[in-house]
Amino acid sequence: MKLLEVDNLSICYGDEAVVSELSFAVEAGESVGLVGESGSGKTQTALAILGLLPGSAMVTGKISLAGIDVVAANDEALDKLRARRAAIVFQDPLQALNPFVRVGSQLRRILIAHNIASGTDADVRVIDMLRRVGLPDPERQFQAYSHQLSGGMRQRVMIAAALIAEPELLIADEPTTALDVTVQAQILELLEEIRDNTALLLITHDLGIVAGRCERMLVLEKGRLVEEGRTASVFSGAQHAHTQTLIDAAPRLDRGAMLPQVSGEDVLEIKDATVSYDEPGHGQLIAVQGLSVAVRRGETVAIVGESGSGKSSLVRAALGLVPLAAGRVAFCGQVLGNTVQSRAVTVRRDLQLVFQDPVGSLNPQMNVRAIVAEQLLVHEPDLSSQDRHDQVAAMLEKIGLDDSYLDRYPHELSGGQAQRVAIARALIIKPQVLVCDEAVAALDGSVRKQILELLLRAQSESGLSILFISHDLAVVRSISHRVLVMYMGRLVELADSASLFTRARHPYTKALLEAVPVPDPTAAGGYASLAGEVPSILTPPSGCAFHPRCPHAKEICTTTRPSVRELDGITVACHLAESI
Amino acid sequence: MSSIHNTWRRLWRNRVIAISGSILTGLVLVSVIGPMVSPHNYLQTDFGNILQAPSFSGAHLFGTDDLGRDLFVRALLGVQVTIIIALVASAVSLVIGVVYGAVAGFAGGRVDAVMMRFVDTLYALPFIFFVILLMVAFERNFFLIFVAIGAVNWLDMARIVRGQTLSLREREFVQAAQLTGVSFSKIILRHIAPNLIGVVVVYLTLTIPQAILVESFLSFLGLGIQEPQTSLGALVDAGVNQIEGASWMLLIPATLLALILLCFNFIGDALRDVFDSRRSR
Repeated sequence: MKLLEVDNLSICYGDEAVVSELSFAVEAGESVGLVGESGSGKTQTALAILGLLPGSAMVTGKISLAGIDVVAANDEALDKLRARRAAIVFQDPLQALNPFVRVGSQLRRILIAHNIASGTDADVRVIDMLRRVGLPDPERQFQAYSHQLSGGMRQRVMIAAALIAEPELLIADEPTTALDVTVQAQILELLEEIRDNTALLLITHDLGIVAGRCERMLVLEKGRLVEEGRTASVFSGAQHAHTQTLIDAAPRLDRGAMLPQVSGEDVLEIKDATVSYDEPGHGQLIAVQGLSVAVRRGETVAIVGESGSGKSSLVRAALGLVPLAAGRVAFCGQVLGNTVQSRAVTVRRDLQLVFQDPVGSLNPQMNVRAIVAEQLLVHEPDLSSQDRHDQVAAMLEKIGLDDSYLDRYPHELSGGQAQRVAIARALIIKPQVLVCDEAVAALDGSVRKQILELLLRAQSESGLSILFISHDLAVVRSISHRVLVMYMGRLVELADSASLFTRARHPYTKALLEAVPVPDPTAAGGYASLAGEVPSILTPPSGCAFHPRCPHAKEICTTTRPSVRELDGITVACHLAESI
Repeated sequence: MSSIHNTWRRLWRNRVIAISGSILTGLVLVSVIGPMVSPHNYLQTDFGNILQAPSFSGAHLFGTDDLGRDLFVRALLGVQVTIIIALVASAVSLVIGVVYGAVAGFAGGRVDAVMMRFVDTLYALPFIFFVILLMVAFERNFFLIFVAIGAVNWLDMARIVRGQTLSLREREFVQAAQLTGVSFSKIILRHIAPNLIGVVVVYLTLTIPQAILVESFLSFLGLGIQEPQTSLGALVDAGVNQIEGASWMLLIPATLLALILLCFNFIGDALRDVFDSRRSR
């Protein structure tokens, strides 16, 4: 008998069908990837399997889990099913854990609720489980509250909670999307190791994760199953066009052309920049320290690093949104004021920003026409309203939106459309430098690809310089000429793409590259070669900030901070750059 | 299922607004037209008909009070005065509160700290004390009631607007406007103010009933409207004294007061739902 059988499942909210006629099965012990873009019905399917859909959802079809019909089951039967038969790990562990209950007690309650263990026996089991998911010092973490743990540790606790009642099926819904790439690799490796005979249904938008981890995969498009098969055969010969689009849109670290170096004068120059914030009760938080980088005309410089590395602070300081504590920013050789207010409007015109959240960066009370035209009102006040209209319409056409979008409001746009509008707003006044702060991170693969192509085209047409912040090295590889790697506010490595992606010198860069999953089951990738997570920036380690996580760390790394130096055309800050 | 449910909900909400709105409009119209068509006026005493019970056939629809004044006309006058005071006091608090809050929130830093500590200080003043002082110092005055009520209500409005402005200021679309050089006044006008409207409108519909209550409370204590002028609060006060023999003197103004309060509260509630759903969409 199959462990899970979904037969002709449809889920509707009112007239809107989110899942239609979906049928698939999961055998005991196997790992299956469920892939699709946002809105394809992945999460709805997962919730339906556990009977967790809200009352407003209309469910038809049959879901049989370990012989029990979930759709028809009452609450009591579902309670017995959850945790014992099937459990789920959600994307955001901070929301899934109760902030007022100690981590250990939350796990204990599962054992007690299902009459698996009680008293000290339960404590022992919980501590053992916490040890198995790799929590250091589990006796102490038993007493911790969820806010005292890091993101990766919280997700480990969630996995422990899901597995403690030894379910037959584990559903992981985008379990690593909120985590940094090195931590993602750790969590995925943990899932692999720990699940034993538990079947895994791994829901993700990232094909790279499925390629390395799942035996079979299912592809959803708009609530319908379009492809099903063994992972290797789907990747080598997808039957459905949508699957092929997804595979093609997934950026890859291991192939594709890299952009050559650009020679030209420096347009934007950041010199010895230090950014610090007052943190009440903790003193100074130094987000960026003594960092220098320059962007040449027509060049894309990517800034990468895990969350908390100071990427955003650095570009915000360059734009004048946060003041520099030390150092300076120069545009075409002219030193700029410390705050955006103190800068001339002509300079502000040349430095434009695109944000991560496309909808949040557009005023909800203004329509697309007004949003884009506002730039012209500021910088070209003499334009007639007809000219202004023509320019806005022409710009929208250029970024792939027709006239009908002019009168739409931000909430009527999809994420990709809103990001196009944000880019149109930035580009309509022909800036020299465009700063993209995780501008494609929130977008689906196919949309992301289009936006990246849009940026590349704008660059080749007008010699635009781009400062591109991203945590995704595979995306960075496809569009940047040079890459700056940051760790805890400092420069780790700065090199042209060809050098960085083939012969990185810094162990941190190498680890980042190894951790990126590759959307190809035959290629290697997604290794967890780094242990631990980024330490608190309030208490940075002595010497080289990276030494506690570095596999090569020596005595000198713990005492002396490495200086930034040149090595075969690579700028690197590591004592051991020559030897590794 | 859900779409029917949602439509029903929306319909119901709109119906709440429609019903409450038409009751209020009707009341205002009647309170304006009623005294004009009535053969009585609010001053005229009729000592032959003291404490007449309400009747459809008699000369006095709502009966008369202990001085023989027609309660129908007086109650309608009370509605007028109460609504005027509520609207004017709310308008005062709206203007002061929004300007003060928006400036404090957008300026931030030390300016914000000083301005908000001033608000805290005003909060600490005992309100009734403050009103009695005002009344004594400037003699009893219709206008002073607006001032007194407005002076208290704008504090809440200022705090709410400031909080909203603070969060708007950090929103990315405001940063984008700052970055490109949109002027300070245009940022407030185009980016901050339109996004404040939802909160302000909702809060305003909650301020109006509050102002009505404060006015009634002051009048009930004898600190508000002075005879022979009247408001619903003053009428309730008079009615309480006659509760044994002439309960209509209490019941009629109290019912009208409750009706007005309910209408405003319902509208506020429904508006809040409308704005909330738009935000979450």
